[in-house]
Amino acid sequence: MGLIEDLCSIYGPAGREHVVRERIEKELKGICPEIHTDRLGNLIAHQPPASGKKNAEKIMLCAHMDEIGLIVTYIDKKGYLRFTSVGGVFPELALNQRVVFENGTVGIIGIEPKKDESKSKAGPKLDKMYIDIGAQDQKSAEKIVRLGDVAAFSQHAVWISKTRLSTKALDDRIGCYCLIETAKRAKKANNDIYFVFSVQEEVGLRGARTSAFAVAPQYALAVDVTDTGDTPEAHRMEVSLGKGVAIKVKDSAFLTNPHVKDKLVEYAKSMHIPYQLEVLEHGTTDAAVIQLVKEGVMSGVLSIPTRYIHSTNELCDLNDVEGAISLLEHVCKTGLS
Amino acid sequence: MLKELCELQGVSGDEGSVRDYLRSKIAKYAAEIIEDPYGNLIARKGKSQKPRIMLAAHMDEVGLMITGIEKKGLLKFQAIGIMPNVLLAKRVIIGKERVCGVIGHKPIHLAKDDELKQVPETKNLFIDVGASSREEAAKMIKVGDYATFDTEFRENGDLVCGKAFDNRIGCYILLQLIQKTDMPLCYAFTVQEEVGLRGAKIAAYRVKPDIALAIDTTSSGEWPTEKDIAQYPVIGKGPAITIADRSVVCDQKLVGILKETARYEKIPFQMKRPMVGGTDAGTMHLVGEGVRSAVIATPARYIHSPMAIASKKDIAAAIRLVECGIRKIMEKGELWA
Repeated sequence: MGLIEDLCSIYGPAGREHVVRERIEKELKGICPEIHTDRLGNLIAHQPPASGKKNAEKIMLCAHMDEIGLIVTYIDKKGYLRFTSVGGVFPELALNQRVVFENGTVGIIGIEPKKDESKSKAGPKLDKMYIDIGAQDQKSAEKIVRLGDVAAFSQHAVWISKTRLSTKALDDRIGCYCLIETAKRAKKANNDIYFVFSVQEEVGLRGARTSAFAVAPQYALAVDVTDTGDTPEAHRMEVSLGKGVAIKVKDSAFLTNPHVKDKLVEYAKSMHIPYQLEVLEHGTTDAAVIQLVKEGVMSGVLSIPTRYIHSTNELCDLNDVEGAISLLEHVCKTGLS
Repeated sequence: MLKELCELQGVSGDEGSVRDYLRSKIAKYAAEIIEDPYGNLIARKGKSQKPRIMLAAHMDEVGLMITGIEKKGLLKFQAIGIMPNVLLAKRVIIGKERVCGVIGHKPIHLAKDDELKQVPETKNLFIDVGASSREEAAKMIKVGDYATFDTEFRENGDLVCGKAFDNRIGCYILLQLIQKTDMPLCYAFTVQEEVGLRGAKIAAYRVKPDIALAIDTTSSGEWPTEKDIAQYPVIGKGPAITIADRSVVCDQKLVGILKETARYEKIPFQMKRPMVGGTDAGTMHLVGEGVRSAVIATPARYIHSPMAIASKKDIAAAIRLVECGIRKIMEKGELWA
């Protein structure tokens, strides 16, 4: 299994990122000289500039480790688990999916049958759903799963074409992959680079805030997924799968620093990296809080165009990913000033 | 002391009387007391040591603010954190002069059929202070005056009944700890929790703790349900420990230590319902480079209303859990390095 498939398959809902963190740490050992985990669980890997380099820019690259998940709120007498969401779970996409707990327990999401047919227009709701872990009763269920345990969706990665990968948790393990690859390729760059793998993005951009406070960078780039507008009857959006890395202009909580945006466009052009400009109407990412830390951080976002976000079959194109890595590598070498 | 605390008027932004009361009660016991510019009362007991631990309980309660006086002398108001269905026909106390008023409603005799089935919106409610004109009302009331429910504190066996349990119970717990234990801690009595966890953020920035515990209340869910889905926590079964709520994913090590301590010391405890509500921990854990945070909450029925019910045994157990938990946290100093 390749690194992307491996990263995406790992269990890591918001607040429970430790397995992802250990995997990334293993990958970066020997590449980044300083690696540490902070109090909230962010992994911060530091690559100082090549020795003797003056005027190095302090740049933070950030991708979040967490994925959406479910948390157990009650175990009923028959051993079914009631739950609620951790992060933005679409009820209609959760239904009948397979989930897995940290200890490996697997469950299937079921739903109560509709009693009142007149109300059948409303979509399914999480509070009508349950997780079936094959337990016979409450007691046997409580031996393997406890109240407050967190489950992640379960799905194998599949390449549906030569370049297109479908799996869960591309949001944002694909960003983590971009950072890892950049770290490997941009060793001994001219700048002072912090690779931050953040926690709890899906529940409110939490880890990015504290890690940015600690790093206090001059520039920051978040790497995350973004929607596309290229599927049948899609919401109008000028981003397509496979047409290049997306350079964000704005989303619902973030305006890209114009200097950073212009630099990224300039680099993409000069390196002949295909790119698209992105305006995302709904949703945001870690950069929205990073830019507001301390005296402010000039920030931007590179997005990987992704279809079916927050489903178990997110879909991205490797060419876009490669473009993002090349651009990030160039930023590490050249800086953003 | 709990009776005195609960009968004080202290809506978010107007915590002065609670602060003055608390300051008088802790003056003898604290090494240092600070009232910060935002209104938080921060007391340090003992010498500063590692790990630095901060306890936070918010002084403010939910309540009303007068927004206008109508021609006929009726008062318009805004309510924060209170549903309109608990406002109707309640007696309130307004402003520093403690003017008595009643939240008016249409009696059943005059209500139209459709009005009988609906709860009016808060914006359509008014407070009647018995004034017959705007001029007469303006002599007693100013726009911007705060109002609270006029509720007397009562005891009945193990149960206590009153207003503002959220979070004078937390303040009471901190008072007991500062008066009766010698633990070197920072005690923060915070402002404006009910309007966005505001005071705690600033208090935590000043204290710079390694560990923060929010001591609060949580709504108990004891009403009949048809389904096999129990409502919890309930009063009488001990304080609730939070795994995650809408504002924070609690530090797993801290949660583990608190549960372990409760079991070892035979202190009853229960788990809080995941992913509902929020407390001061929500802002404290994101301060600076991040703060390991947890929440201990006393369950109370009918909070955010004129009348709540809690158990004295639960409050006593919460005090023991906080004390024993902190001693255990201090013992395991190496965990927090």
